[in-house]
Amino acid sequence: MVATTVAVAADDHNPLAPDPKAAKAGEYEFRINCALCHGLGAHGGGRGPDLTRAQKKHATSDAVMFQIINNGIPGTAMPANGTNGQGVGMTDEEIWELITYIRSVEVKAPTKPLGDAKHGKELFYGDANCSLCHMINGKGGRLGPELTSVGGTRTVEAIIDSVRNPSRRLAWGLTEPTKEFAQEYETVMVVTVDGKEIKGVALNEDHFSVQMMDTNERIYLLEKDRLRSFQKSRESMMPKYDAAVLDDKDLGDIVAYLINVGAK
Amino acid sequence: MSVTTHCLAGRRGGSQHPLPWAFFRAETRQILRRGDGREMPPSGLSRAALGSTLLRALIRFLAISTLIGPFACPAGAQVTFERLLHSAKEPQNWLTYSGDYAGRRFSPLDQINSGNARSLVAKWVYQTAGTGKLETTPLVVDGILYATGQDDRAFALDGRTGRPIWLYQRQLPADIRPCCGRVNRGFAILGDKVVFGTLDAHLIALDAKTGSVIWDVAAADYRLGYSFTAAPLALKNLIVLGVSGGEYGVRGFIDAYDATTGERKWRFYTVPGPGEPGHDTWEGDSWKVGGAPAWNTGTYDPSTNQLFWPTGNPAPSNRGERRAGDNLYSNSLLALNADTGQLNWYFQYTKHDEHDWDATQVPIMIDTGSKHLIAQANRNGFFYVIDRTNGKLLSAHAYGKITWSDSKDAEGRPVANQAAKPTLEGHTVCPGAMGATNWMAPSYDPQTGLFYVTAREQCDIFSTAPQPYEAGHAYYGSAYFPSEEAEPYWGALRAIDPATGQMKWEFRHPSPSWSGALSTAGGVVFTGDAEGNFIALDAQSGKALWHFEMGGEVYASPMAFAVDGKQCVAIAAGSAIYSFGLP
Repeated sequence: MVATTVAVAADDHNPLAPDPKAAKAGEYEFRINCALCHGLGAHGGGRGPDLTRAQKKHATSDAVMFQIINNGIPGTAMPANGTNGQGVGMTDEEIWELITYIRSVEVKAPTKPLGDAKHGKELFYGDANCSLCHMINGKGGRLGPELTSVGGTRTVEAIIDSVRNPSRRLAWGLTEPTKEFAQEYETVMVVTVDGKEIKGVALNEDHFSVQMMDTNERIYLLEKDRLRSFQKSRESMMPKYDAAVLDDKDLGDIVAYLINVGAK
Repeated sequence: MSVTTHCLAGRRGGSQHPLPWAFFRAETRQILRRGDGREMPPSGLSRAALGSTLLRALIRFLAISTLIGPFACPAGAQVTFERLLHSAKEPQNWLTYSGDYAGRRFSPLDQINSGNARSLVAKWVYQTAGTGKLETTPLVVDGILYATGQDDRAFALDGRTGRPIWLYQRQLPADIRPCCGRVNRGFAILGDKVVFGTLDAHLIALDAKTGSVIWDVAAADYRLGYSFTAAPLALKNLIVLGVSGGEYGVRGFIDAYDATTGERKWRFYTVPGPGEPGHDTWEGDSWKVGGAPAWNTGTYDPSTNQLFWPTGNPAPSNRGERRAGDNLYSNSLLALNADTGQLNWYFQYTKHDEHDWDATQVPIMIDTGSKHLIAQANRNGFFYVIDRTNGKLLSAHAYGKITWSDSKDAEGRPVANQAAKPTLEGHTVCPGAMGATNWMAPSYDPQTGLFYVTAREQCDIFSTAPQPYEAGHAYYGSAYFPSEEAEPYWGALRAIDPATGQMKWEFRHPSPSWSGALSTAGGVVFTGDAEGNFIALDAQSGKALWHFEMGGEVYASPMAFAVDGKQCVAIAAGSAIYSFGLP
C-alpha cells in the first residue's frame, strides 16, 4: 500500500523501485499517458524527449520526476498529470509505477558518439545558414523555431529528420492540450486588397484573422475577409537540406552542437 | 380554500421582488378569479364577489402571508413540471440543459436576427475563481442564471449584470477520479431547487435562492471511478441522471431521484446483471466492469412518458478480446419508462465497440408529419435517424471522414471493418480518438428543418494497452497517437438535413472545436471555436454574421434567454461565462 498523499523531498526515492511488477504496470500507464509525445518504448518522438537517456535535463531524481509528471513543466508542452486530454489522472501509486518503468528502460551510455560541437556551431552560424532563421540563446533569426532547448527535448533522429525533410514534421497534427500556443510554422501567402504579396510563416490564425511574419521578420496582422487571397501550405519555408547540401558528418556536428546547448 | 396549498406569489411576489401594495392586491384578485395559468384553477368568482368584504380580507391576508410566511410559498424560481412541459411558452427562460424536453437547443426568441446580429455586443463577463475548462450550460429562470463550474462550483448570477447572487463549492475528496477534467455540464431545476451531480458521485439539491444544500445523496462509490459530470433532467417530481466513469471500468447506470427528498426511485443498469436480458452479450465476468456509462443528458417524450437516454462505450474501450459479444447496452439509445426505469426498447449504434464510440450525444426528438423520430450525430461519424415509436433504424449517413466502417448489417447499422480493429502496434482510424463529434450539444432548428452539429475532422492511430482491471484504476486499454499518414486536424459546424442525411452547409474551423450549437427563431445559429471565438451564423446559409474573441477556448454549448424583454445569448469560454445582446 502506498500512501495516497506523498510529500516528496528532493532526496525521496521511489517506494516501488525496482519492482518488475510495478515496471509492467508503469508501462501501461506510459502507453496511455506519455507515449503520445515520448513515443512507444520511451525513445522519444517528434515532440517529446527520449526518456531512455539516463541524463535528464529536468528529472534529476525520482522525487523531481514525480513532481514533473504531476505538475508538468511550465513553458513547455509537458502538461500536468491528467490534463493532456488523453488518459485519466494518475494516482500517486501509478506515477511511481510509471517512474519505475522509465528507470527500467534507461540506457546508461549514449549509443552513438556525438560529432564535433564546435564545428557544428561554426556551421550553424556560418555556411549552413541555420541562424538566418533560427535563434539559439538570443542570437539568430526569427522566422523558424527557436532552437536553444531542442537538443534536450527531441531525439537525434527527430532533429536529423527535421533538417532532411523539414515539411514532414509540419504535418504532425498537434493535439490540443499540448498546444497552449500552437505555432506550427505553416507557410502563408496572401495578397492584400492593394495587390501586395506577402509570404511568410503563420504565427497564429483563427477563422477570421491571421498573424504572420514575412521573410524580413516583419509582423503582419491581417483580417482574412479584407485580403484578395489567402493561401496556407504545410510545405515548410525551410529548404530541404539533403546530403548534397549538408553531408552527414556536418549534420552530425550541428546536432552535437544542438545537444550540447540543449543540455545546459 | 386552504391558504397553504396555494402559490399566489409564485410568479411575481414573495420576498424576491415585493411589489407595490396596490398592484399586488390587484394581481391577487385577478389570480383568484382566473387562476394562475398553472396549477391553480380559476375560481369562477365574479369581480363583484371578489369585492366583498370577506374576500377583501382574504386577499389582504394572502398577500401579507406571501410576503412574511410561514404561509408563503417558496417563491421566486418555482419551476413546476407544467412549466418544463411548456418551456416554449416562456422563451425568456432556459429551463433544461437542452432548452426543451425534445433536446433541440432551439430558442424561440427572435429579437436577435440575421439582419441585426452584426451589431451584437458583450453585455457582461463572469470570471469563475477556478482554473480549467467550463462545460456548463447555464439555466435561466425569471432573470436569474444558474450555472456549475470547475471542481463542482455552482453559482447564481443576475442575468442583467452577471453579478453573483450566491456561490457554492463542494468540498471534494482529494482522491476523486475524474476522467476528463474536473468539469460539470449544468443544473436541472425543479420547484425551488437546482440539482447537480458531483465528481464524487453525489447528487446535490441546492436552494435556488441561497445555494444552501437541501439534500445530498451518494449514488455510488467514487473510489471505484464513479462520478457525475452530466446535467440532470427534471420531470414530474423526479431528477434523472446518468453516471460517468467508463475509463475506470464502472458498471453504468441511469438513476431517478425524488426531487423533494433525494430518495432514489429507480436505477437502470446499462450493463445487465445475471438473469437479465442482454447479460449473455458479455463474456464471463466482463459485465461487472463493462462501463457503458450514461454521461450526458437524455431527452423526454411526455406523450409516451418515455426517456430517451444514450449510453457510452464498453470498457476497456479499445480492447474487446475479453468481452466477446455485443456488450449491451453500451453505445445504445435506451427508451425507458420515466416512472419505473423499465426498458421499452433499445437501439445499439455500435456493437462490440473497440474505438471508444460513446453514443452519449444528445438524441434529438423530431416530429415531421406523422413521423416521430430521434436524430443523433454519433461520435462514430454517422448521423442516425430512428423511429422513436419502436427503436427501428431508418437511416445512417456519414457526416465526416470515416474509415472504421464501410459496410452495414441487415438493419442498416454501420459495422466495423476487421482491418480497423486496434492492435498493440496500432493503425490509423478516422474519426480520431475524440470522435467525429463528442458531448458538445447539437441543435435542431424547426424553422430551417436543419440539424446542426460540431464535426471534428481528425484521424489518429488507435492502439491497445493490455491493462488488467484494478479497482479505482484507469481501465481503458487504449493509447492514441497522432498519425503521420493523416491530414492535420480541422473542424466545422455542419448543417444536416435529417430527411436525407446530406450536409447543406458547413462553417470551417482551423482546428476542431469543442463547442456545441444553439439555433434561434431569429434565423441565427450560434457556436464557438477552439480559438476562442463566439460566432453567429446565418441558419440557412452558414455565413458568418458576427464574431467575438472571448480569449479562452470554448468547451461549452450556448443558450439564449431574455431579461427585461431583451434577448441575450450566453456561453462559457476559458474559465468565464459571457453574455451577449444587442446594444
